Amino acid sequence: MSDDVLVTIDDLKVHFPIKRGIVLDRTVGYVYAVDGVSLTINRGETYGLVGESGCGKTTLGRALLRLVEPTDGRADFDGTDLSTLKGEELRTMRRRMQMVFQDPLSSLDPRQSVESLLVEGMRAHGLDKGKEQTHQRLKELLAAVGLPESALRRYPHEFSGGQRQRIGIARALAVEPDLIVADEPVSALDVSVQAQVVNLLEELQDELGLTYLVIAHDLAVVRHISDRIGVMYLGSMVEEADSDELYRQPLHPYTRALLSAIPVPDPVVEDSREQILLSGDLPSPADPPTGCRFHTRCPWRQETLCDTDRPQLREIGEGHRVACHYAEDILEGRLSPHEVEPELVQPDAVTS
Amino acid sequence: MTSSRAAKIDRLASVAARGPELEPGPEGSGSRNATDAGVSLAASAWRRLRRNPVFLVGAVVIGLFVLLALLAPLIAPHDPALRLLDDQVSRARNEIPPPQDGHPLGGDQFGRDLFSRMLLGSQQTLLVAVLATVIGLGGGLVLGTLAGAFGGWVDSLVMRIVDVLLSIPSLLLAVSIGALFADQTQFTVILAVAIVQIPIFARLLRGTMLSVRQSDHVLAAKALGVKRGAIVFRHILPNSLGPVIVQSTLVLAIAVLDAAALSFLGLGAADDAIPEWGQMLGNAQDYFDNQPHLAFLPAVCIIVVALGFTLVGESMREALDPRQRR
Amino acid sequence: MALLEVRDLSITFHRKGEEPSVAVDNISFNVEPGQTVGLVGESGCGKSVTSLAIMGLLPSRGAKVGGSVTFEGEELLGLSQRELDERRGRDLGMVFQDPLSSLNPVVPIGLQISEVLERHRKLGRKEAKAEAAELLNRVGIPDPKRRLDEYPHQLSGGMRQRALIAIALACRPRLLIADEPTTALDVTIQAQILSLLSELVSGTDTALIMITHDLGVVAGLCDEVNVMYGGRIVERAQRHALFAEPRHPYTHGLLASIPRLDAPRGEKLVPIRGSVVDNIAWSRGCAFAPRCPSQLEECWSDPPELVDDRGGMLRCHNPVEVAPMAAEGAR
Repeated sequence: MSDDVLVTIDDLKVHFPIKRGIVLDRTVGYVYAVDGVSLTINRGETYGLVGESGCGKTTLGRALLRLVEPTDGRADFDGTDLSTLKGEELRTMRRRMQMVFQDPLSSLDPRQSVESLLVEGMRAHGLDKGKEQTHQRLKELLAAVGLPESALRRYPHEFSGGQRQRIGIARALAVEPDLIVADEPVSALDVSVQAQVVNLLEELQDELGLTYLVIAHDLAVVRHISDRIGVMYLGSMVEEADSDELYRQPLHPYTRALLSAIPVPDPVVEDSREQILLSGDLPSPADPPTGCRFHTRCPWRQETLCDTDRPQLREIGEGHRVACHYAEDILEGRLSPHEVEPELVQPDAVTS
Repeated sequence: MTSSRAAKIDRLASVAARGPELEPGPEGSGSRNATDAGVSLAASAWRRLRRNPVFLVGAVVIGLFVLLALLAPLIAPHDPALRLLDDQVSRARNEIPPPQDGHPLGGDQFGRDLFSRMLLGSQQTLLVAVLATVIGLGGGLVLGTLAGAFGGWVDSLVMRIVDVLLSIPSLLLAVSIGALFADQTQFTVILAVAIVQIPIFARLLRGTMLSVRQSDHVLAAKALGVKRGAIVFRHILPNSLGPVIVQSTLVLAIAVLDAAALSFLGLGAADDAIPEWGQMLGNAQDYFDNQPHLAFLPAVCIIVVALGFTLVGESMREALDPRQRR
Repeated sequence: MALLEVRDLSITFHRKGEEPSVAVDNISFNVEPGQTVGLVGESGCGKSVTSLAIMGLLPSRGAKVGGSVTFEGEELLGLSQRELDERRGRDLGMVFQDPLSSLNPVVPIGLQISEVLERHRKLGRKEAKAEAAELLNRVGIPDPKRRLDEYPHQLSGGMRQRALIAIALACRPRLLIADEPTTALDVTIQAQILSLLSELVSGTDTALIMITHDLGVVAGLCDEVNVMYGGRIVERAQRHALFAEPRHPYTHGLLASIPRLDAPRGEKLVPIRGSVVDNIAWSRGCAFAPRCPSQLEECWSDPPELVDDRGGMLRCHNPVEVAPMAAEGAR
């Protein structure tokens, strides 16, 4: 069993200090970006992480790669506790965990040609052995992501959005990673191009046995590409399940609302389905609600527990974990949704 | 480990053998120019620059002055230090030698050939401007890179020093620095003008570096496992230089004016055998009523050179402005 | 008579030192009172520029607008700035994609709404304030009286968009144009805004033009849908017909390339190849031809016309065949 596990994240927390002050910075509070998340990712699978802006999904991905420092908790990669790695050890480890970014243009250095972009990672990890071999490898990489060889001497601004994202993927592949964290890999692309990149990611996974952590706000994309999905809300994981199971039987009220909010390009479905409209906005992660983070907007909120006790993820059914005190009651229909008075949320400069 | 990696490369090669999914390079084949070599950002900025009439005017002006400065020793008909027309100078009547054969602009208040002094003055003025800018730029680069690359207390320390320097009005600062030196030479002027520019460059560079440091492609390099030094010198610094380059052309103009101002105030080279426009302007003030051309000629030259640098700087800012990039 | 008639609208941008670029190329459509019309397409297809032209918001320098746009029979193109201001407040309302930059950051929300009311509906200060609170209430902003004195930055993204809708609705316009009103918002907030919009227009004779890249949004909201590609309308149909039997290969390709939430897992997406940079000029042929899976030789040489097709309109030489019976009638 443990042989299959590539990544284990255990109670990971990332709290960003909010600093104010003119001469000396004082910490006046924290943004609880990620507040105690645990998950495991198996070798060769695609784990999808969904949630709306401010839920901490991007921070979680970056904390896993140690691109932001976790405040607490641990993340193991292939049996190594990443939090103990320092300096050169960490740098060497980065070869095995790569990242694909949302905005393909801003994530490529505008001054580097494609060749230089691709070679850089190889050079950093001593993978460029000899001119001939490197060139051969570059050709393979470009072919693998569906770009012509002539791309090598061009610059990122000369490509279209979809092609840039291919370059970003090739850069990640150049160092032969085991894990790729893809943060909103298609959301900046035109609709007609998104499918190209989604398919490319799937093909590369099949060919190279990659493991993906796909982070996105678009549940439809995540469901398409992922084996398992974790749903995040305000820094915590509220539900985790197999991707079909999650769609078939969402247990957490937030997941239900999220699923019902996504428009389906089919008028027949649109006309007949029942929407669960959430009232109000996402509370500030600098001042999260007590108890269940979601209780301020939850249509199934109950008098007890919800606003006082923070629910932990617990397993209901095979591999289906949910953090809701009343998940069973909701599932069995013993509780019905009710109106929620929206609470106003003031956005503050720190979090928005 | 190695074997599995080799296997992986093989598999990648098998993907490769399948060939590209798409028709290769839609952009290369279609709308854009069909050459294979890409166009770097610098190259496309240069392309835009070349077409900008503002840049062309500025460049021609600067080019002419540089040419004059280089050729001055050859063209100048006389030694600028020699009081050739001393006999035509009359202090009492405020008279100076008028234009005459061999002296197209006449002489100055000491009977020296004004035309030759104007020509050779361009040398000093340009030299001061360029050297002051280079020194200011160098100092600013070092301080700015320190602050921008390390952050933390290094940043705080450097920036507080910079703040102190910036809080003093620049000309006052330059005058104070100039006055610190016992004997004033052209070099003190250069140094005074340069030191004033250091904090400006440092602050600009540090600000740009901090924002570039936040950008995705720097994060990408970090995620890729690129070494810290390489990230700073290959990614952060080169991408932060645009505004600094623009600023330095503008500083050339400021340096011309500052140097002139210092010379005017008498903080320039004590020896006025080597002509300099600002100093000529300063010395001409006693004759302003009767002989305005003594002040007018160097003043116009200073303004035109400064304007030339400003035009070039402004057009470069336009060419390098990221908002204008597609 | 239609509420809004757009006839042969063309928009060309002239930039210094560049070839003039045609953003919108001879498009025509009608909007009936109470109808919701969708303009769908990807970035650069001309959908937003169309809405700006209808509103008279294009810069007079640099943009050349041809054709005609009539509102209740009255020509809108070529109206003076003053007449346009009058129109915009009273008959036409617009909701933009980015609510923060569309609201004045230094003026309280309430004042921004009551300003419009005082100017166009000639209400007194007191009445205007009460009406503004009523409007905020109508668009679902809680505690509206207190919100009146707040500034845009004090509201969340969803609330700002609601405030913007309140401003657009202030003078009970008969046509509301929403340009990607939910693109900047999260899905749960998007659902709120969409249901608000459909609530506001359904059962009234206010018409809505919905501009979006998201076919899902269109599916739930619009009566009639115009699919745009490269500055032209390539397909027009009632929404049920469009989604059930897309005729244009572009529409068909878009639908096949979107991952659907309710699709069985493991189904592969069928992407459209290439990207918009591959387009050829409409004057030469079909702009979509280089990306089209069912292209014919004539697609590269002969620009297709927009013709009637089974109750809608279609611009294609080789439309996607659907049910064999229906297809036979169409060819």
